[in-house]
Order: sequence, then C-alpha cells, then structure tokens
Amino acid sequence: MTDMTTDTAAKTPEAGKATGNVKHMNMIEAINSALDNMLERDDDVILLGEDIGYFGGVFRCTAGLQEKYGKTRVFDTPISECGIIGVAVGMGAYGLRPVPEIQFADYIYPGLDQLVSEAARLRYRSAAEFIAPMTVRSPFGGGIFGGQTHSQSPESIFTHVSGLKTVIPSTPYDAKGLLISCIEDNDPVIFFEPKRIYNGPFDGFYDKPAKSWKGFDEAQVPEDYYKIPLGKARTVTEGDALTILAYGTMVHVVESVTRAKGVNAEILDLRTLVPLDIEAIEASVEKTGRCLIVHEATRTSGFGAELSAMVQERCFYHLEAPIERVTGFDTPYPHSLEWAYFPGPVRIGEAIDKLLSE
Amino acid sequence: MSKPRDENADNQAGSNRPKLALHVPEPRYRPGDTVDFSDLQISKAGDQPRPDETAEASETYPLCNDLIRVLGDDDKAHGPWDPRLDADTLRAMLREMALVRAFDNRMYRAQRQGKTSFYMKCTGEEATSVCATHALAGDDMIFPSYRQQGCLIARGYALTEMINQIYSNKADKLKGRQLPIMYCSKRLSFFSISGNLATQLPQATGFAMASASKGDSRIAATWVGEGSTAEGDFHSAMTFATVYNAPVIFNIINNQWAISSFSGFAGAERATFAARAIGYGIAGLRVDGNDPLAVFAAERWAADRARANGGPTLIEHFTYRAEGHSTSDDPSAYRSAEEQNEWPLGDPVNRLKKHLIALGEWSEDQQEAMDAELDAEVRKAMKEAEKNGILGHGLHHPFHTMFEDVFEELPWHLEEQAAQAIRERQIKFPEDPAE
Repeated sequence: MTDMTTDTAAKTPEAGKATGNVKHMNMIEAINSALDNMLERDDDVILLGEDIGYFGGVFRCTAGLQEKYGKTRVFDTPISECGIIGVAVGMGAYGLRPVPEIQFADYIYPGLDQLVSEAARLRYRSAAEFIAPMTVRSPFGGGIFGGQTHSQSPESIFTHVSGLKTVIPSTPYDAKGLLISCIEDNDPVIFFEPKRIYNGPFDGFYDKPAKSWKGFDEAQVPEDYYKIPLGKARTVTEGDALTILAYGTMVHVVESVTRAKGVNAEILDLRTLVPLDIEAIEASVEKTGRCLIVHEATRTSGFGAELSAMVQERCFYHLEAPIERVTGFDTPYPHSLEWAYFPGPVRIGEAIDKLLSE
Repeated sequence: MSKPRDENADNQAGSNRPKLALHVPEPRYRPGDTVDFSDLQISKAGDQPRPDETAEASETYPLCNDLIRVLGDDDKAHGPWDPRLDADTLRAMLREMALVRAFDNRMYRAQRQGKTSFYMKCTGEEATSVCATHALAGDDMIFPSYRQQGCLIARGYALTEMINQIYSNKADKLKGRQLPIMYCSKRLSFFSISGNLATQLPQATGFAMASASKGDSRIAATWVGEGSTAEGDFHSAMTFATVYNAPVIFNIINNQWAISSFSGFAGAERATFAARAIGYGIAGLRVDGNDPLAVFAAERWAADRARANGGPTLIEHFTYRAEGHSTSDDPSAYRSAEEQNEWPLGDPVNRLKKHLIALGEWSEDQQEAMDAELDAEVRKAMKEAEKNGILGHGLHHPFHTMFEDVFEELPWHLEEQAAQAIRERQIKFPEDPAE
C-alpha cells in the first residue's frame, strides 16, 4: 500500500506495543495525540507558547487541548522566546514537565541563553539537585516558501551544546513515539518538527503535486501511549551499495532519489542527533563502504561535518570512497530561490553518482 | 567610495538641521574626586505611606520615586512601615548580617592566600539579603544572583558547606563544577546560581506560575543587580509576571555600580529602578537598602501580597556596593574612594546595632563579643573545610564525575571521553592510577 518504504511497522520493534485503536494521522495529528496522551497521563505536563491555547497553534499541533485540559495547563504566552524558555526552566525547578512551543525554529534565538546557559547546564551545575525536564517543540526547515525567517534548520547550534538532546522525526508514527519519550525524559530536549512533511511526505520534486500521508504505513498511528526510544536510528531501506545518513524531510527526498535511480541504498533515519546511534551508523558503513550525508541546513559546521568526522574516525578502513555531504548552501534561505537552495534530487543524485563511481 | 554627504542631493533637505549629539553617561565622581552626596533625595524615616497589601498597584506608585525608611537618625523605628519585630528577631538579623560580614572578610583573605580562585563580598548590602529572607517563609523559593550569600546564611546553611564549594574541594556537593560562591541548595529552597546575569528572573516567574497553577502556597523571590536589569530577561520576566499575575518578588539591588559602570548605564539618570514597575502595571516599592527594618517590611509586604494572589512586586533596594565587584576587581581604578564613607544611608549592620542599643536590648560590649565569636565560628568552619582540600591541591572529585550530570544517563560519547580523561591521568601519574 505504500510507495515510500517497505513495511515500516514490521521493522520498527516498538510498533505493536500500544494497544487500542490505530488511526490514520498526519504528523500534526500524531504530535497532537502525543501531547494529549501526556497531558492525560501526567498532571505535571504543561504546554505553553505563542498562539497555542484557544487557537491551537499556527500549525494546529495543540488544537483542542486547552479545551480538554484547561487554561492553566495549555496556555498562550507573550511573544518572548526568552520568557517562554526561562519560565519553563523555573517550572521544571518546581517539578513540572513543561513542553514549550517555539512557533518557528527561526524564532528560537532570543531564548538561546536560557537554553544553552540555563536549561542545558542546570543538572550539571547543581549536581542534579535541579533539572530542566523540558521538551522544546519547534517547526523547522524550509520548502514552504517561508523565506529566511521561517525556513531555517538550526539543529547544529543545539547539537553543539553539552546537556541538550536533539530529536527530529520524519514520520507521524515516529513523531508521536519520539515526542512521548522526549517529554518523559529528564533532560532538556529540542524537538524539531520538519514542517514540510507535517501534511505529507515530500519526495523533493516540488513541481509535482504534494502528497498527503494518506495510505502510508508510517501514518498508521496508535491512539494510545507508546514510546520510541531516543538514541536509536531507523533503517528506512536496507541495501549494500551505499549508506545514506539523513533526518527529517531529507529522509523522504533521498528515498525517492535512490528509488528513481534504482540504487540499492541503505538509508538510516537518524531520528536522534544527540545522543547519536553510532552503532547503527558504523554497522551500515562497514557493510556498504560508502557514505552519503544529507541535511537541509547550511553546510559549514553543519551536523554533517560531525557525522563525516565520526564515520572517518571509526570506519576509515572500510571506506571505499570519500564521504560525501549534500547540504543546503551557506546562504540565508532565499524566498524566491528556495528550490535552488534546497538540497534536492539533482544535488543528491550527483553525489550518489560520484560515490558509486569511485 | 561614497560621495561626501553635502554632494548628495537627497540629503540637501537635512543640511540645516542641528547636529545630533550622543550622550554617554558619566558618573559624578572619579578617583581622587571629593564626594558630596548632599543633593541626594533622602526621605525622612517614617514619612512614607504604607498602602494595604491588597491595594491596587497604582497606590504604590508614589513610593517608586520615594524611599521607604523606618530607622531614623535617632536610631528608632518610625512610621507605618515599622515591622514591629521583637528583640529576638532583631538580634537574629543582626547576628546573621555580622556573620555574613565576618565570612566575607575571611573568604576574601582566603582567596588572597591562594586557597581559591575567586570571591565576592556583599559588604554594605547585607540587609538586602538577610532581612529580606527573614520576611519570606522558609520554603519560599529564592532565585538569587551572585551576591546573596546572606539568604543562605539567614536560612542556616552550614558555613563548611559554603567553604567546601568556594574551595571546589572533594566535599563540595557541586563536585567542583561551579565558580566559587555559585551555591545551590534545594533543601533550603535556594536555586542554583548562574554566572549569566538576570536569567534567574524569568525562572523565578516560571516557578511562581507553576506554584500558582498547582494551587500551592509557595511564592518565589529573586534578586538582580541594577546593572543587569538592562538584560532582555528582565523585561521578559516582568511581562510574564504581570500577564499571569505571578506570585513573585523582584528585588533589584541598586548598589550604584556594575563592576566599573555606574547605574547610569542601566538608565538611572532618567528614572528610578522601582519606577519600572509602573510600566508593567505591578506594585513597586523603593526602599532604603541599608535600613534593615525597611527592607524587612517591604519584602514582607510583597510576600503577603503575592500570597494573597495580589501578584508580583518590584522592590528597588537603594544601597551602595562598599567594596570591589569581586576579588578580580579594583574599584580605586574607576571611582572615588570617598564614596563609601560619604554614603548618606550608613551601614546596615551598624544601624541595626544602634537601634537595638537604643531599645536597651543590646550593647557595644555584646557586639564586640559577638563579632569575636562569629569570627571564631568562621575560622573553625574554614579549618574543617580545608581538611577536604583547597582549590588546585589534588583533593578534587574523581575525573569520571566531570562527565556525570551532563545528562541523567551517560551517553556513549561521554563514556568514551571519560575513559580518555582517566587514561590521560594514568599517563601523567603512573605511580598513582587511582581514579
């Protein structure tokens, strides 16, 4: 029934743990369901953010939750990311488990000091007397004509910070299970939601009609609580020609490119960048001997640089070709030329050809 | 190259405008200057009205440009802000302020003797932490800045624990991770101190919001220097506090100096710090920070108001930083040495002592005996702490602890790095591989 992957549910060991109804959900509905489950299970879970209350969020991820759980558990905030993250640190110190939403990842910078110097360091500096068990949700990435302030992928700013975990789902099923794990985690987590695939997987061909999640196994989501552990990659396709490391929207783009080219690629959806599933990466690269790293974020000091270094350090004698990186360009995300910026099928295809020709 | 301005036709229209001038604030006195504070507006003790704790915030606004004072030149308590404390409480506050001072003096010397890297005294500002803490409930949450050792001492924290932290030794419960004086005690509801300024303000607001959302009765109180009210965190915290009517007290310690920058660089030339409350629509009080009774009274007023769901209060404690910013600072390089002696609001320890003497509840002899006793107490605690080591003398925590508490569980990359750190030590000290 799916034209995206082989049976994901069967390959995901966590699947099937949840009982009760399984429903078709897009990523927004899956995230909403995770928040709903957690608000119901844990009185200490609290949601806050700009426009998330009565209105239900600009992307609708919190729709209906204020009505269901009340204004003191799901509420709007002033337009102040510093304040949103700062009060979440204080709420964590009290014993709550706040889930702040930053409306766009591009807006997160005013809250950076509270994330980097406070939330990420609180456990360490207090020798675990105080913790910051918050999950910062934020839509990220481009491909929606958002211009430079609604399209960025700032994940490597956070992976560089000791004390933060960074999680990025690529399917509705994963989004729900990972988000629940993040909320239950006792450390601060940055949960970036690839907004280009909120409503359907994106194959990179922007000029073709957009697909919805309808009919995809990854959009069959249990209504009940289930978890996907942090720090575990997902094997999207097995293969032996090359390993492709990707996350978020790019998982779907590389998959469509490899299928179109008939390349027997092993695609790993990293899902968690910190802590990274290094075992899965090593096992795959040792098997294939070739490694392509793909992300939408700008190139210089991007997370791909870290991945490339790790693969080189750990798998050098298994490599049959130099590691390739496909990324966004080192420019701001341009509005009219966003598809020239986006690491699409041409850029990915070229890199695959180069890797396989070595 | 761009054209000279007057050749640019677009700018012709502005050619007759007067030249703009940039104002860069300058303190009144620099090293060597004769200091005269006589034009400082010092209100008479007892003259300030005291609104009911549940009054509209606007009733406090005249007080934002006044100065709440209780202790007069006659050493007696005056007016409606007199908190009418019993002599035992007054003696306890006096003792704790004197203990803070004795502790500061010994720790300053310990740093100079090389026992630690850094220390910060709060000389002259003792009332703003000790007496404010007395006005709170014991489980109200304190979000301190870096000069609030008085809060911890007022809550009875063991001096040995403080010194272990200052020495970053093997008994330091923060495992030698934090700069000296960046204490933390969850047991005493004293939040972990950050070196990044003003971050504690939104955190205090968040704690207060959480407490309110749970129907709890605990409030939050936070401290910040006047200089760091310039941070965006201050504005965020005030906005959230007023929006959610959070039960939080903001104590701005206006000690006139932020390292070498006088309060004018935070806006003091234009308005008082208390007056910022007006823009946010919350209660504001401006208090003589060297008057222990006024500090207690203002803090208690704000605590009662917060506990009655009356919302946040901003209190400006008008005081003077009598010594350097820290052991790394030499104030004689940027301000007149006369300022401290000329400060018209006196010394908080001395003022409370004279008040107790005026009440017939204390004497100079008792004070002298107490000071000697407190100094002995501090020295005893130092000796005790030194058994656990001083900074840089080997008695630190095991290397592996450096990697713990980054996360709740150690991920693989930190385990690998921990193994490397331990291996490096074994290479450097092959005869002592214990780690």
